[in-house]
Amino acid sequence: MEMDITLTVNGERIAERVEARQSLVDFVRDDLGLTGSHIGCEHGVCGACTMRVDGEIVRGCLMLAVQCDGSVVETIEGLSDSGELADLQAAFEQRNALQCGYCTPGMLTAAQELLKAGTVPSREEIREHISGNYCRCTGYHAIVDAIESVAKARMGAGT
Amino acid sequence: MKPAPFAYKKPRTLDEAIALLGENPDARILAGGQSLMATLNMRLSAPSLLIDINGIEGLGEIALKDGAQNGVIEIGALARHVQAERSETIATHAPLIACAMPTIAHPAIRTRGTLGGSIAFADPAAELPACLLALDGEVDAQGPKGKRTIKAGDYFQGLYETALGPQEILTAIRLPAANKDTRVGFAELARRHGDYAIVGLAASARADGKGLKDVRLAYFGVGATPLRPLKSEAALSRGDIDAAVAALDLDPHDDIQATAAVKKHLAGVLLRRVAAQLMEQRA
Ligand SMILES: Cc1cc2nc3c(=O)[nH]c(=O)nc-3n(C[C@H](O)[C@H](O)[C@H](O)COP(=O)(O)OP(=O)(O)OC[C@H]3O[C@@H](n4cnc5c(N)ncnc54)[C@H](O)[C@@H]3O)c2cc1C
Ligand code: FES
Ligand code: FES
Repeated sequence: MEMDITLTVNGERIAERVEARQSLVDFVRDDLGLTGSHIGCEHGVCGACTMRVDGEIVRGCLMLAVQCDGSVVETIEGLSDSGELADLQAAFEQRNALQCGYCTPGMLTAAQELLKAGTVPSREEIREHISGNYCRCTGYHAIVDAIESVAKARMGAGT
Repeated sequence: MKPAPFAYKKPRTLDEAIALLGENPDARILAGGQSLMATLNMRLSAPSLLIDINGIEGLGEIALKDGAQNGVIEIGALARHVQAERSETIATHAPLIACAMPTIAHPAIRTRGTLGGSIAFADPAAELPACLLALDGEVDAQGPKGKRTIKAGDYFQGLYETALGPQEILTAIRLPAANKDTRVGFAELARRHGDYAIVGLAASARADGKGLKDVRLAYFGVGATPLRPLKSEAALSRGDIDAAVAALDLDPHDDIQATAAVKKHLAGVLLRRVAAQLMEQRA
């Protein structure tokens, strides 16, 4: 079964015909060519497909593209272009918070959600928040360092 | 993996959704999709039609209502985990649910997952079914024969098996609102934050002078459904924690997370923690 959907992806209005069973992450990767969102497990466990729908983070593998009719979707490409994550991206690079980079788009998107709260979370809270995002390379320590440093910098800067 | 092909419909009313269920015996309801989509992606099931109930108005409210004696908290089936997590009403009037929410999955999953979906799915290691039982709550369902209410004690029937009929939709859950005498306790052990529990325990009681009464304990992760160890409840009502631990009559099976012996041991550990929480709140 195919259906027509209209949605906004990274600020651009898009109308497409999709198969009912197509997941949101397959739709952005295969139909829109936005391959920054990754696919690890396809059952909600790894967090590689984390993206934003209507302002909140979701698993792109557990939502259907047809369910996003009328929604506002933001992927790592949009979040990068807008500069919203620039300091977080710089901190990840500086602190070696990525190696292969497979988890990184989802990790950045999840981390930004926590930092939006506008407080400096404890290291324990950071670990809890990213508990749904697997990283097979870094051992997480450097990721927690990077997120913590950005939280402190943003508070210091009064934003 | 990708799911097998299915058709998709998004009805605007409950009646329409119920009619679709009647016409399509192998259709499935799609709520938050956080359990269903995973099972479809793994091809553990292949329904011909998904009935997306997210377009039905009025199923997403969390409200304090008048009840027979005290207030009642009514949570619409489509209220999302994140909504409960942020709700003042839940924080004030349903403290057990407030304790449980952050332990359920991860933020991106809580954005979509619904309380109704969790109760309908009835995973044996899930937090909310145990909370519903510990609080002696009830479930509202609507089907071709109309509406009915099911007590938590009658609702959980077996592994992923509930009293909901094949054409019934869970519309709301209802819990007694907490008052100044209400005591709650919650603890779980999981390998990683947000995972389903190895063993967990949700509890409620009422303060009674220096002691407790109406203690209700609901274990999860140790059987096919949430389980109440009645003898331990009675012992805790007498204030005897050692006797409550000794009286635990759970019979868990080995699973991928832990052996039965480990689960039994952990159940005792959790009971001591939860008993301390119930008693600590005694001002
Ligand atoms: C990685 C991961 C970790 C998780 N960890 C936990 C955890 O620790 N604890 C926990 O409790 N849950 C956990 N979950 C599951 C999550 O809480 C789900 O959101 C929840 O169990 C199901 O709710 P849903 O709204 O997503 O339901 P769906 O996935 O949409 O539906 C689940 C089932 O219930 C049926 N259904 C849904 N709503 C209704 C209704 N109103 N009436 C009748 N039938 C209905 C569906 O047909 C389907 O069979 C986890 C999920 C993932 C992916
Ligand atoms: S691919 Fe979506 S969580 Fe792993
Ligand atoms: S950097 Fe390789 S998985 Fe995280």
